Amino acid sequence: MSEFLRAYLTVAVFAGAAGLLVLALSTVGRLLRPSRPTREKAISYESGVDPVGPGFGQSQVRYYIFALLFVLFDVEAVYIFPWALRLEEYGGFGLVEMAIFIVILALGLVYAWRKGVLRWV
Amino acid sequence: MTLALELAYWQQLAIKVLAILVIVPTATAIIVQTFLFKMMAHMQSRLGPMEAGPHGTLQLMADGAKFVQKELLAPARADRRVFTLAPVVVLLSTFLLFVVIPAGPGIVAENLDLGIFFALAVSSISVLGVLMAGWASANKYALMGGLRAAGQLIAYELPLVLAVVGVVIQAGDLSLQGIVRAQAEGEIFGFGLIGLPFVLTQFLGFALFLIATQAELTQPPFDMPVAESELVAGFQVEYSGLQFLYFYLGEFGAAFAFSALAATMFLGGWWVPGLDLEGGLLANVVGPVVLFAKTMAVAFVIFWIRFTYPRLREDQLQSFAWKYLIPLSLVNILVTGAFKVIF
Repeated sequence: MSEFLRAYLTVAVFAGAAGLLVLALSTVGRLLRPSRPTREKAISYESGVDPVGPGFGQSQVRYYIFALLFVLFDVEAVYIFPWALRLEEYGGFGLVEMAIFIVILALGLVYAWRKGVLRWV
Repeated sequence: MTLALELAYWQQLAIKVLAILVIVPTATAIIVQTFLFKMMAHMQSRLGPMEAGPHGTLQLMADGAKFVQKELLAPARADRRVFTLAPVVVLLSTFLLFVVIPAGPGIVAENLDLGIFFALAVSSISVLGVLMAGWASANKYALMGGLRAAGQLIAYELPLVLAVVGVVIQAGDLSLQGIVRAQAEGEIFGFGLIGLPFVLTQFLGFALFLIATQAELTQPPFDMPVAESELVAGFQVEYSGLQFLYFYLGEFGAAFAFSALAATMFLGGWWVPGLDLEGGLLANVVGPVVLFAKTMAVAFVIFWIRFTYPRLREDQLQSFAWKYLIPLSLVNILVTGAFKVIF
């Protein structure tokens, strides 16, 4: 197995370790904790008042446009990282390139700002 | 690994897994005990827990024993499978954060080439767990808390990632060992004794990183998703006993991991003048102590802010990220890049 794959095998094993911890604690918990379910205990919590409606309610997602902006900027971040890593080789050329890239994106942000997207709707 | 005796891969792996199983709960316990219990109490002119052990130091043991014995409850309409899985996802994200943090020249679970990029990637897995918890609870408070958390983590993910870019530009390396080395070998105007902790040049990045971390951990002043006074506890409202403990472990374990990341990227990590970068027993023994001290220093600041500032309103919270932090971090990247190219 290559060094690279082996490094990520460690990552997978660590994820397994998290699962192991949960499994161990849950097993101990199962042995120790009581289980006396009643109908009242299974009612959704709404500050002590009887819940209204089925629980899975509708809610207005007020910042869905932020989510679109986020995708834009997150992809940008993915491009910036390799550039940041090799900047010394690219020198002035790379700097100007990235400045243009960032300015265009910043213009996008300014446009969204002026359009009132960043306001609470 | 630079240990004196050569171990097979699986032996090393077994040691690492044992270590992480000890480190994550211990780190969480130290953070919660020191800051959340005692420091918060003293800052608010209270004593905090005093009964369990001397000065209340064993309080967490008592709490842990209590959590394990609590009955697990779930609302009748909850989506059981997702409901049980959600805390595990959050905990998983915290465990993976610890993979890349180096505590000495030879003490790191895996010095991935992607290093800090990997850490940022796995830290955002916890958003999934939070959304799962919010939806699966079949509770209005939980749903609103989950949605708020998602919106907030999205908004503050960007300043977090972009603040790191400045460090990457300066170090020219993504792996955390590489970043530590770059700081140790750096010079301040030709004066190289203490290296160049990046906080000196990346002070803006450091501030941005700390603010974004605060929001990523949903800590006050950015705790709208779990606001006690209006959402009770947001996405955690229906969780009890052990499942709540997993969220707790995940959250404060991540607080420790993020403090350690900040200490590694901006304060020089495990290195102090006099330690050998290449390995050796001294560096491997002193390194973890140094890293722990720096981590606690950063964590102190994070919790200090937590106990001091009042909660932001949801719209203030969003516009603060988009209108101030993101433009500032873009400027930081360009300025750092210019300095790197010119000097």
